[in-house]
Amino acid sequence: MSAITGEQAISTQRSGLAGRISDFFWKHPHVFLAVMLAPPLLWLGIIYLGSLLALLLQSFFSIDDYSGLVNYEFTLATYGQLLNETNLDIIIRTVCMAAIVTLFSALIAFPIAYYAARYARGKWKALFYLGVMLPLWSSYLVKIYAWKLILAKEGILTWLLTKLNLLWLLDAWLSLPVIGGNSLSVSYTGTFIVFVYVWMPFMILPIQASLERVPVNLIEASSDLGSTPQQTFRHVLFPLALPGIVAGSIFTFSLTLGDYIIPQIIGSSRLFIGQAVYAQQGTAGNIPLAAAFTVVPIVIMGLYLWAARRMGAFDAL
Amino acid sequence: MATAVELQNVVKSYGNLQVIHGVNLTIDPGEFTVFVGPSGCGKSTLLRMIAGLEAISDGDLLIDGERMNAVTPSERGIAMVFQSYALYPHMSVYKNLAFGLETARLPRAEIAKRVLRAAEILQIEPLLNRKPKQLSGGQRQRVAIGRAIVREPKIFLFDEPLSNLDAELRVQMRVEIAKLQQRLGNTTIYVTHDQVEAMTMADKIVVLRDGRIEQVGAPLDLYNHPRNLFVAGFIGSPKMNFLQISAAEIEVDADATGSAAGRRPDIPMTLGIRPEHITIDPNTGAALGPLKVVLVESLGGQTVVYATAANGQTITVVLDGQVAVGETLEAFFDPAKAHLFAADGNVMTGARLPHIIKLV
Repeated sequence: MSAITGEQAISTQRSGLAGRISDFFWKHPHVFLAVMLAPPLLWLGIIYLGSLLALLLQSFFSIDDYSGLVNYEFTLATYGQLLNETNLDIIIRTVCMAAIVTLFSALIAFPIAYYAARYARGKWKALFYLGVMLPLWSSYLVKIYAWKLILAKEGILTWLLTKLNLLWLLDAWLSLPVIGGNSLSVSYTGTFIVFVYVWMPFMILPIQASLERVPVNLIEASSDLGSTPQQTFRHVLFPLALPGIVAGSIFTFSLTLGDYIIPQIIGSSRLFIGQAVYAQQGTAGNIPLAAAFTVVPIVIMGLYLWAARRMGAFDAL
Repeated sequence: MATAVELQNVVKSYGNLQVIHGVNLTIDPGEFTVFVGPSGCGKSTLLRMIAGLEAISDGDLLIDGERMNAVTPSERGIAMVFQSYALYPHMSVYKNLAFGLETARLPRAEIAKRVLRAAEILQIEPLLNRKPKQLSGGQRQRVAIGRAIVREPKIFLFDEPLSNLDAELRVQMRVEIAKLQQRLGNTTIYVTHDQVEAMTMADKIVVLRDGRIEQVGAPLDLYNHPRNLFVAGFIGSPKMNFLQISAAEIEVDADATGSAAGRRPDIPMTLGIRPEHITIDPNTGAALGPLKVVLVESLGGQTVVYATAANGQTITVVLDGQVAVGETLEAFFDPAKAHLFAADGNVMTGARLPHIIKLV
């Protein structure tokens, strides 16, 4: 006992600046948390939300048609412009494209994700991850230009279909109104194909994750309880995979809504929202209208998330 | 109305690996049968083969005399309760209970009637609108059982249903499941690794090891007449004491065993004595010799004593009194309640135990 009295077993104060700072943080965990969180929160708050608010504010101004200068008075006139025929067309076109891309992404991604989650093991699983992730590692522009070459009239797809004597099928498709065109690379079909390709990993991975979390015994119990495989899919597997599908669709839907490069390179010359924003803030110099355009996807995504929540898609998270 | 189940030479193999080696078993109508054994003994696999969740590699499964090997799980007239309950997280308790009936396209009124009846039996009526994650372990267990009951199956299958519950709840649910089975009268097969569950619930216990049946019998049959060392050690708690002895130390009735064990003094044997059959009452049969108390577990009324015999073997004794560590006990046992096993592990029948055994 007497040996300890000289030096306490637990020292109350550590020496040195670092030691004292460490002690202070240990005693005041809330201060520590604040110090740790402040930089990212400031970044999010000022840089991200701040610029978003500035954008929102811009959309309530208008532009003077003669001088081309921004009129800093509060008005809803810019939003009114969104509703004229050309602009409304742009919005409807973009939303339709986003919806169709999302739907088909989900349809294509589900079987792939299902296979990966339920059947692929070992090296096949590794191959699956590699296959899904590989496109994400190459440049976005390179992929799009590659697709332009594939889909072009002189491209490999036309060549292949000629060899297979199926060119008439492609011609028939391209002669259809709206979705057709001179070649795939200048039609909505082409835009659609490239969108689906580019966003596919964002759909596959969340669905795969959600399917992997469904315990096998839920499927077994279902067949024990007399369900056919179709019933098991409808009542057990699909509802439990729905959060994954919704998470994936949030990616594909919002990414399609905002993209302005793919429709510029592949597709008809008609504008999508992203291109409209690009054109309005660039050559046209109409910042308020560009801002109003950008608010559209934000509002749509807000409604989308709200609806998903109402549907209970996040309940199982 | 109850249903019989019969397994004939049932085999399960995964590729070249055989895990169930030709099991023959008859389960009588209305019987509560427990499959028990250490983990990896194949008890769950056997149950899943009866349920139809695993294919039967060879042999036949008969339910009410009908071959069921190729029949889908839903048409076997069985309902299974899973270890982890397998409740659907996105459905309410009511929906979970109704699920098996809705897939069978029963009329709505009939579904409601059956669900409410099951809920009443299991006392889960107030929980019908909740989601599984809002329930406690015991409540989830009831819902899982309820989901089996509403289907009015011919056979209930339970796959270690209580292993996720805490000790107190386990005892309570054990009693409830046993009562429920008596009330409904269905043939029931119950898988567990816990011999206490097996002893307390079963009409018939099937002890399995490494994909083979070691012994089938009523709980007390297995306790009183274990067929081999494995069953003797598995059934009963604390575990039976096994004393390595040689034939020289006992007398064996050679006529009954048909072996030369009695004549060859060096032949090794195992004497099995249950801890509760060792006493300190000198009027009881044979002397076991002095035991030195090493460790004591006092349960109040009873004391579990871990002691060493003169030859160094560890012996467990359950005594009514209270004992202190370091004491030496003069121990005795009743030879009629002891068991003698041959070197191959099988019990030696007809072995007459001598009055005094010396442990040198």
